[in-house]
Amino acid sequence: MYKMQLLVCGGTGCQASASATIVDKLNESLKAHGLTEDAQVVITGCFGFCEKGPIVKVIPDNTFYTQVTPEDAEEIVAEHILKGRRVSRLLYEDPETKEHVSDSKHMGFYQKQMRIALRNCGFIDPENIDEYIARDGYSALAQVITELTPDQAIDMLKQSGLRGRGGAGFPAGLKWEFTKNYTADQKYVVCNADEGDPGAFMDRSILEGDPNSVIEAMAICGYCIGANKGVVYIRAEYPLAIHRLQVAIEQANEYGLLGKNILGTDFSFEMELRYGAGAFVCGEETALIASMEGGRGEPNFKPPFPAESGYNKKPTCVNNVETFANVPVIYLKGPEWFSSIGTEKSKGTKVFALAGKINNVGLIEVPMGITLREIIFEIGGGIKDGKKFKAVQTGGPSGGCLTEKDLDTPIDFDSLLAAGSMMGSGGMIVMDEDDCMVSIAKFYLEFIVEESCGKCTPCRVGNKRMLETLEKICGGKGDMEDLDNLRNMAHVIRDTSLCGLGQTSPNPVLSTLDNFYDEYVAHVKDKKCEAKQCKALATYTIIPEACTGCTVCARNCPTDAITGERRQPHFINQDLCIRCGVCYTKCKFNAILVQ
Amino acid sequence: MHTPMNKYELNDSHKKTIKEICESFGNKHGELINILHRTQEKLGYLPEAVQNEIALNLDMPLAKVYGVVSFYSFFTMTPKGKYPISVCLGTACFVRGAERIVETLEEELKIKVGQVTEDGKFSLDCLRCIGACGLAPVILIGDDVHGRLTPDMIKGILKQYK
Repeated sequence: MYKMQLLVCGGTGCQASASATIVDKLNESLKAHGLTEDAQVVITGCFGFCEKGPIVKVIPDNTFYTQVTPEDAEEIVAEHILKGRRVSRLLYEDPETKEHVSDSKHMGFYQKQMRIALRNCGFIDPENIDEYIARDGYSALAQVITELTPDQAIDMLKQSGLRGRGGAGFPAGLKWEFTKNYTADQKYVVCNADEGDPGAFMDRSILEGDPNSVIEAMAICGYCIGANKGVVYIRAEYPLAIHRLQVAIEQANEYGLLGKNILGTDFSFEMELRYGAGAFVCGEETALIASMEGGRGEPNFKPPFPAESGYNKKPTCVNNVETFANVPVIYLKGPEWFSSIGTEKSKGTKVFALAGKINNVGLIEVPMGITLREIIFEIGGGIKDGKKFKAVQTGGPSGGCLTEKDLDTPIDFDSLLAAGSMMGSGGMIVMDEDDCMVSIAKFYLEFIVEESCGKCTPCRVGNKRMLETLEKICGGKGDMEDLDNLRNMAHVIRDTSLCGLGQTSPNPVLSTLDNFYDEYVAHVKDKKCEAKQCKALATYTIIPEACTGCTVCARNCPTDAITGERRQPHFINQDLCIRCGVCYTKCKFNAILVQ
Repeated sequence: MHTPMNKYELNDSHKKTIKEICESFGNKHGELINILHRTQEKLGYLPEAVQNEIALNLDMPLAKVYGVVSFYSFFTMTPKGKYPISVCLGTACFVRGAERIVETLEEELKIKVGQVTEDGKFSLDCLRCIGACGLAPVILIGDDVHGRLTPDMIKGILKQYK
């Protein structure tokens, strides 16, 4: 056993900031100081605090170093590991008290969190199954297949109240029961890891940080529903998650935790991976199954539900990554424990990817029923650069924007729906006063138009028409009638589309129309964009005091609207200006005023 | 990865590669997406001639192969540059100014999104969220992630790949 461990975050964000080099440098330093017998470097999954990455944590004293660079490695080893003195300059500084905090338990970011699905992320080496086993890994599987009947196991899951974390929130236990009740020569367990929501990285972090928890849960599900095959459908864009899953499956096979006659029982379970190829609609389960079968990922009518006729026309149980990650703990700690957390109808916790204009970007897991205010201002540390909070978008392209008035609503599946948004898979993007809500609605519609599979007309054509209307509004050519048209089209698309993607696609438009109607009116009536994001609605002028007469703007102006002598303040002719914004981007002296 | 390949005609070695890939998946129709992944990995991109060859091997209509290739954004029918650039346009990157990064890249490289520079060095694409939202806005050049970008950093970053 090592006396000390250095846990280095190997999540995507930290890897992008050279965490692999930090690992090398730490190992070099340990070697140079002759400490390789005493301390060990472990690459773990995501710690969640991406804003302050790369993170290095020292065990057993739980020192939490933030924004570590490869150059800091030597000091950490020489000071902390060798002499037992913390490197205080690398500790997190509390933004209010300005004091250094050494332990993550005392950081605002972690205090309100409760980690169930992420229980092992950042604690174990995801590529070493022994570490998972050491934290009670695979004991839930052992317990279920040796002590419980499938019906008993399903009952426990139903009692726990676990609802699917992929978006719709369907009770997981019921889904398992439905699939079990169909008889067939072959059934499948499918894990939906096609996380296509822009700005969401929950599933990826779980798979990168704790792949075994998903594998264990899929095997449990297989036992319950009577399936001996499990398939993970994962995005090809997630190479690290794919690699870690492959390693974990291989190790589980070696240990006899997957494969034939698991733990000496009659239960056999095999796993394989299938790769997505970049299509948001494949998150919808019937589209996902079509894609697994090698075709275009177009959704189909339900019923028949996949529980009856899914992959290869066989009964199939599809759950998402986070849902599975919750399952083993429910069996270990009991359904009563799980259902004691959360709200009346939404039990347990939810993982959110907190991003956008917020101080602490990262991956968080909070009990259901927490308020948005707690998430944004306590865990998230408030809005970046002291700006004013404007909205928070939840549920990705299928969700909506919530505002100040919703900040104190306890959030769960139902309350978010009631507020005009949805839980979705867990993306949470915070926006400040500089964000134009019409542009945000346009952004999501662009996404939808690109990702609509084209099978049904309301979604294919309707969203395109809505996007054109929004482009017209942002281009300064909108009128009040367009706003009514938008709302009408949104309702038709919502009511008549074939699948969940189409039915929810108007949500970003509807929720911004509801919450920010004045902003839309300002765009069409006054031709003004308060947030100054819509270039076509801005007026560009030159501040004479700031202008040095460098002529860069005049030379770059495509319509020769800018005139002026060298070294003299320049001037923009508003009749010629096409509001392209080039002068603003090019000016090095902040002399262009946008109004 | 980037075997020089004529867009319209395949030589015998390309045909052999495709045949081997299809066989390794048992020439099954249900494996089409996996076959396309592997072929793109080996040949760089999937022009019509390649799709046709796959269709012949699997004994399925070319239209069906094309239907799948054109459906998924991961598959490309045009070659990528030596250093493919992907700009993340996830929501987190969008609200932190990814659009201005795209504009700057288009200006610097003198190409539009979806195109390749004349010397074949860079190609420019957009993608949806690579999950590094903490570093927003983010671009990928090959496998390198560059984060917390501002438009004035672009020139310096591109220089590293000259």
